[in-house]
Amino acid sequence: MERPYDVGPDDKVHPGDPVTVDRYTPAARINHWITAASLVLLALSGLALFHPSLFFLTGLFGGGETTRAIHPWIGVVLFFGFLGLFLRFWRANLWRGEDGTWMRRLSDVLRGHEENVPEVGKYNAGQKLYFWTMSVLIIIMIGSGVVLWDQYFAEYTSVGQKRAAVLIHAVGAVVSICVWIVHVYAAIWVRGTIRAMVKGSVTGGWAWRHHRKWLRELVTGKRDDQGSGAKPAE
Amino acid sequence: MYPPLPNPSVQPSAMQYGQEDLVRRSASTVPTPPRQLTPVAKLIDVSKCIGCKACQVACLEWNDMREEVGVNTGVYENPHDLTPASFTLMRFTEWENGETGNLEWLIRKDGCMHCGDPGCLKACPAPGAIVQYSNGIVDFVKENCIGCGYCVKGCPFNIPRISKVDHKAYKCTLCSDRVAVGQGPACAKACPTQAIVFGPKEDMIQHANARIEDLKSRGFQNAGLYDPPGVGGTHVMYVLHHADKPEIYADLPKDPKISPVVELWKGLTKYAGLTAIASFVGIGFLHHIVSGANRVSAEDERNAKRLTENQPGGG
Repeated sequence: MERPYDVGPDDKVHPGDPVTVDRYTPAARINHWITAASLVLLALSGLALFHPSLFFLTGLFGGGETTRAIHPWIGVVLFFGFLGLFLRFWRANLWRGEDGTWMRRLSDVLRGHEENVPEVGKYNAGQKLYFWTMSVLIIIMIGSGVVLWDQYFAEYTSVGQKRAAVLIHAVGAVVSICVWIVHVYAAIWVRGTIRAMVKGSVTGGWAWRHHRKWLRELVTGKRDDQGSGAKPAE
Repeated sequence: MYPPLPNPSVQPSAMQYGQEDLVRRSASTVPTPPRQLTPVAKLIDVSKCIGCKACQVACLEWNDMREEVGVNTGVYENPHDLTPASFTLMRFTEWENGETGNLEWLIRKDGCMHCGDPGCLKACPAPGAIVQYSNGIVDFVKENCIGCGYCVKGCPFNIPRISKVDHKAYKCTLCSDRVAVGQGPACAKACPTQAIVFGPKEDMIQHANARIEDLKSRGFQNAGLYDPPGVGGTHVMYVLHHADKPEIYADLPKDPKISPVVELWKGLTKYAGLTAIASFVGIGFLHHIVSGANRVSAEDERNAKRLTENQPGGG
């Protein structure tokens, strides 16, 4: 059976009371949290060098010099961590017709009137926007970051290019942090979301409320995997 | 002739200035100094320089630095650029004077200009890694340097160099340690032609003016002093025989300024950035207070249960 674009191979509904729905595999969760930890460490070490009032944050990394030395390496971890997430999730984040409508009715979403917006798949338009924004930002950040990584790459660029890179890196970082705050806030505001990335599953009610199309697809396209352990060919 | 620098006394002498005389300190603020030191300057008279490199040697010697044995690429510059060890470098240019048809050999001693408004200091994120004394000397404080290279981006003259060994930034200190005990820079002390002189900036300007007058009388109509106002004036100045086109002296910038990109990065971006981040956090809090948590209702759970149970083969 053809899988809908937004349904992951391991997304599964478990009937019960309450119904639970598998949303993220352990590998996806580990991948996510490595990326998340890198982002937090990058933000802390980067902000320490961004504004004098935050220089004290270098203390978390063992001083200014170690902060300067370790920050780019954390960036490398984040880059590959996010690459993993990108390869896992890009298909489910493809923009669909209903996403435009959802976005136009964002004010309804923010007021908690999700009944007024179209049913959405595994990700809503906001999540998709976060996904693609982060994808672009991370390319910008790693690109400008390499230019600033003097220890290994100082001789490959001119001072003018380095100046441009340092401004792009700073602005990109601010935008990334702001976008990330929205991501974290959404996960906190929409109760029952964080368990998706902690336990890997959500309740059926959560899926019904926020990702009904995904839930319907999972229920109707439910594969019988009780007989054999093997999955149908995809 | 400007009086040469005195020989050092054999008696230990006290430092004539110190921490209390700082007017700027990177990534931090300093209290207003209790006194104003006499601004000093090093004047480099390009027209008197014979390119002997005694200044380079004196600089390495005083700062206890060694250069690797290099290679010859067919030019007089040695080393080929400023390095973490060579804080000063004679740059040689063969310039054809279109007006006279003469080939002129221009020799400029490159190094930190000790700007009145130092771009390196503005860019530096490490508190106290770059300091400016009220006499105009801009110094790097190695202990506080974190090796990020921001000073390289801030400098309008492309002077600081980051060591591959200890990952710290290095540049000319104007021999701050010598000046503090009444001496002058090692390069000025070593210069055999008095092409490099050191003293109060006012005296240096006066001395330069006499030199410029002399040069003009010898046919160098455009002779002049290089003390660029775009960086707040400098505490290393040049007498140039062609002051109207400083760029012929191995790309000495005509009107140096801190790059607008650096100004934007260290100005608006720094403040707007933190404001934006704080605003996003604030908006999140406000939204949560106003609209409350978005909770799954019991009805949502019942609906999900119904959906899964009604499905043929489900359950």
